[in-house]
Amino acid sequence: MKSLKIPLFNSGRSPSRSYIKARTLLDHVNKGEVVVLMKGITKKFPGVIANYRIDFDLKCGEVHALLGENGAGKTTLVSILYGVHQPDEGEIYVYGKKVRFKSPKDAIAMGIGMVHQYPKLIDSLTVAENIALGLRQASVINPLPKVEELIKEYSEKYGLKVNPKAKVWQLSAGEKQRVEILRVLMYGAKILILDEPTTSLSPLEREDLFEAIKNLAQEGASIIFITHKLNEVMKVSDRITVLRRGRKIGTIPTSEADPHLLIKMMLGEEKVPQMISEWSLSRMRKHCEDPGNNIALEVEDLYVLGDRGELAVQGVSFIVRRGEIFGIAGIAGNGQRELVEAIVGLRRALKGRIRLMGVDVTNRGSRTIAEMGVAYIPEDRVRYGLVLDLSVADNLILRNYRRNPFSGRIMLNRSYISHWCEELVKKYEIKTPSINVRVRCLSGGNMQRVVLARELSQSPRLIVAFHPTMGLDVAATEQVRKLLLAEKERGAAILLVSEDLDEVMELSDRIGVMYDGRLMGVMKNEEVDVKRISLLMMGVRESEVDKDKARKGV
Amino acid sequence: MTSSLIIELGHLLNISIKAGTPLLLASLGEVYAERSGVLNLGLEGIMLIGAATGFIVAYSTGCPELGVLAAIVAGAIIGLLHAFVCISLQANQVVAGLALVMVGTGLSSLMARDYVGIALKRALRPVKIPGLSRIPIIGEGFFHHDILVYASYFITLILWFIMYKTKYGIWIRAVGEDPSAADAMGVNVYLVRYICTTFGGAMAGLAGAHISLAYTPMWVEGITVGRGWIALALVIFAMWDPLRAMIGAYLFGTTEVLQYWLQMPLQAMGIDPSLLGTFPYVATIIVLLVGSFERIRKRIGAPASLGKPYVRGF
Amino acid sequence: MKWIKIRLERVYEAPIWLQIFVAIFSLAVALMIAAFIFLAHGIDPVSAYAKIFHDSFLTEHGIEFSIVKLIPLLLCSLGLIVAFKANVWNIGAEGQLLMGSVAATWIALYGMKGYPSWLIIPSMYLLGFLAGALWAFIPAILKAKFEVNEIIATLMMNYIAMKIVEFLIYGPWRGATTWRYPITDEFPIEARLPLIPGTSIHWPTLLISLALVPLVYLLLKETKIGYEINVYGLNPEAARYAGINKTKVLAFVMIISGGLAGLAGVGEVAGIHHRLRYPWTISCGYGYTAIITAWLARLNPLVLLPVTFFFGGLLVGGDVIRIDLQLPISVVYLFNGLILLSLVSSELILRYRIKVTLVGGAGR
Repeated sequence: MKSLKIPLFNSGRSPSRSYIKARTLLDHVNKGEVVVLMKGITKKFPGVIANYRIDFDLKCGEVHALLGENGAGKTTLVSILYGVHQPDEGEIYVYGKKVRFKSPKDAIAMGIGMVHQYPKLIDSLTVAENIALGLRQASVINPLPKVEELIKEYSEKYGLKVNPKAKVWQLSAGEKQRVEILRVLMYGAKILILDEPTTSLSPLEREDLFEAIKNLAQEGASIIFITHKLNEVMKVSDRITVLRRGRKIGTIPTSEADPHLLIKMMLGEEKVPQMISEWSLSRMRKHCEDPGNNIALEVEDLYVLGDRGELAVQGVSFIVRRGEIFGIAGIAGNGQRELVEAIVGLRRALKGRIRLMGVDVTNRGSRTIAEMGVAYIPEDRVRYGLVLDLSVADNLILRNYRRNPFSGRIMLNRSYISHWCEELVKKYEIKTPSINVRVRCLSGGNMQRVVLARELSQSPRLIVAFHPTMGLDVAATEQVRKLLLAEKERGAAILLVSEDLDEVMELSDRIGVMYDGRLMGVMKNEEVDVKRISLLMMGVRESEVDKDKARKGV
Repeated sequence: MTSSLIIELGHLLNISIKAGTPLLLASLGEVYAERSGVLNLGLEGIMLIGAATGFIVAYSTGCPELGVLAAIVAGAIIGLLHAFVCISLQANQVVAGLALVMVGTGLSSLMARDYVGIALKRALRPVKIPGLSRIPIIGEGFFHHDILVYASYFITLILWFIMYKTKYGIWIRAVGEDPSAADAMGVNVYLVRYICTTFGGAMAGLAGAHISLAYTPMWVEGITVGRGWIALALVIFAMWDPLRAMIGAYLFGTTEVLQYWLQMPLQAMGIDPSLLGTFPYVATIIVLLVGSFERIRKRIGAPASLGKPYVRGF
Repeated sequence: MKWIKIRLERVYEAPIWLQIFVAIFSLAVALMIAAFIFLAHGIDPVSAYAKIFHDSFLTEHGIEFSIVKLIPLLLCSLGLIVAFKANVWNIGAEGQLLMGSVAATWIALYGMKGYPSWLIIPSMYLLGFLAGALWAFIPAILKAKFEVNEIIATLMMNYIAMKIVEFLIYGPWRGATTWRYPITDEFPIEARLPLIPGTSIHWPTLLISLALVPLVYLLLKETKIGYEINVYGLNPEAARYAGINKTKVLAFVMIISGGLAGLAGVGEVAGIHHRLRYPWTISCGYGYTAIITAWLARLNPLVLLPVTFFFGGLLVGGDVIRIDLQLPISVVYLFNGLILLSLVSSELILRYRIKVTLVGGAGR
């Protein structure tokens, strides 16, 4: 490996060429050899130290899990390896060669591939066009037929089935993931970075993915697997590196790891949060053993169109009672967004009825519905729930600035507003220098607290919570869940829609599964079994689930 | 009777295409700029600068072909300036575009202040294509034009081909839809945008040259009279597709010509024809309206990142 | 080894002094570039600038005319601020102004001929406001209901307004006593705005525009509709979620925006020209210049006052350009465009902070 000592930069103009040259020398690396070595990586962003002196190594043919909470610095570390960010300090060696990637192009040239948490595919292009985008072999003129052929070849080789002519927006989350992995392989990657790849997959799709990952490692690929889920780490990895708050806590072989140890490493001894105990949960559930007739929300045979005119929700019916959490599980993109938007009045229902407290509110508009006591915690708070360039106060009054104490006929009542906002900031523990600071300057957790404070402060009768903990750290997640449980105890009806099956199962009294616009198999929490939910999430019908059970003699 | 009708129709088609060509050239360039995600509202200004530069060079050298080249270069320089301001300096693209219109208006009249009212001695003259020009109506309509019109036929086809049938076309569309995804795939977002925006400027300069060197070969201040804005509307109407831009441009050329053709009959009917001057502008609004109906029906939107500067990692 | 590392950091709230510095800096850059363009055309920029500055700001006459030109600029920019806050790009103030002057002319010469001053003048303002508002309302509705691009639509409305004015002065309204010139008859005395004695400043319009400065400020800061405008302008999705009526916001901002431009049009014909004439002579590009002043004031009505005064002076300088330097009047546009361009370009400075650090070597 002498040839690797060639100095890298001549002019720095187009380093990728030298990387390409270097790579050809390295095509045959033996299993167990170190392929990636990162030494003393430090990366600071304004106000945060994302990585501090992290050492990391990856061996050929292994699956190395990078474990840590959200915000622990996992994504930053791999972004540096992938050339998206440049480290402030530290050195990176790939195949023993010191590198300094200026952009992902350089990393790709060295055979590093990234599979993003939310596949970075361009919706309006086809699968083949997306892959052709960065494919060196793609010819300049009329590249698609050849690329399509190549896709078929690879997808057969690795058992990853996709239709190359399909537009990306037509694909399911699992298919998108497959396209992303195929693409990375077709670009010639031998080092794969998988950034929380299971987030939007159903349990069964997850199993398929783990199978594929193990195959790839067998074939000689080296894989970095980023996650914050312990069970996945235990299942798929060979070694585990734990990060906490931008620092590396340690690296251990999976065979020597156990969940308790890992949790301690992830969260730190001093502040293992008080998880909601089974006991307190069951106590809360008892509170509403007898729901009676208190139906808060009734959805009857609802049909809603999606953004592209497709039938996104098809004949959904359910009820949510007061003091009850009704959870809807399912893989994203199966009509949950359209269902929720129709309920809160942001999207027109094509057919069917929505009743609130017995009153028909179908297509009555978000304002009327909000004024009937419906709180809405939207999926993407930055996009829908907040105005980043307005102050905390102006964001807190977004839903009720029209009402009496907040404003008169024309003017806003600024003194009342600031008084009221100060109280909310205190009550919901929003960490902000003042209520006049722009929301843009707050952290993600505090942004979500602003949304929660606004929505819950009005003692709502129905709360529609859509992915309420997405992207939050452990502490903020716990706070959100506690708030929801407290609201339920107060007597609010809660519709919880989440991709996180654990969250739905932990909080809900009853659970339904959404698949392809239909709601399937509504069941009480105590009847839930994961296997059945998984099958439902994949669209296997009730009757078939039972058959499946019968066949296996369950 | 019928033969004179055929001649009339051929003539109408001919002028419509001639009038539509500057619109076509400018909107083709803008299709590329917008597809890559950069909005250039400054077409009117760039066309003016192209027209002025082209005219001055053609007048002083006596060679209109040199004028065309000069106009392209001038347009490209302004396009490059817009690219720098919008891509590297991340300026608000709407305001930057408006500023370019003002700069173009002022600079063109300053540059050509000694040429006001002067006609070009040697303009770009129409050339008949042997054989093809003898086809009734179509021959006169399509094949009796100056060289820039013929060039525009080819440019349209080439641009359509590049957009949909080459790797570069995929790059451009990807950059305009989702620059961070394209970046992650190793596409140089900034370079693609720079090239497309500069190219858009060059095409607008060429469009200006067609006005001052072929369509109305003389210099008057503000010679483009709003054609840059109409070209912008055409881009939306064309749904960012070069071939549709061609159809739209010729339709527009027809409305422009109709306002002159209708003058006599209207006067004969006792209606004051001077309000016909509003015709192209009203038509633009109507075209925008029709275009938006169609876009809503087909659910085709503007390139998703149009007008948004791309900053990596923030 | 040590080296200096320069990094950009995102800043959300730039300090006031920096904002002022950037505004002045970009003005200076624009004037420098214009100076080079002048040089290239054989004009000495130093003496030209000195002349412009002297004539606009150092003579009594210059200040008077700067104020006269401030009036339409202030009115148009106030309106534009309201529209821009809602992220609605009204660049049709020029046409809205012209429609205001058409309305005023109709009242003065036809609609209320022979009525007393105290009836005519308020009616002119009222109808002028309505005419401008209507002209802006059309693109507003097209945008709200059919997603028609308002930039192009408002601009086309400018051309249509110009053609309508031309039609009127060449056709039905051509004056009987004007030797066939394409202008209307002069307004009767009752339909002329009173002037501050000894000057050509029509004070009613000045008063209206000055009074509107704090009103627009309050509208945007302290009222419900102002709050809705801000929310809609910054995040339309959040506005939808809050139940804010998009059509109402769009219609409101365009009516205000167009209406104020219409008032400016009334002032121009009833206070200065006393007749309807060639459209360019009336509007003088105020509608376009107002885009710059609104932007330069960072959409803050209170900052607008000094900015529009300065630009009023610059427009007076435009006369110097035309008469003394013998240049086409649209060279003023060159100035405006360069200022606007360097202004938007320099905004990068406000968004980032340059951080210089010593990296590596000792201490680590």
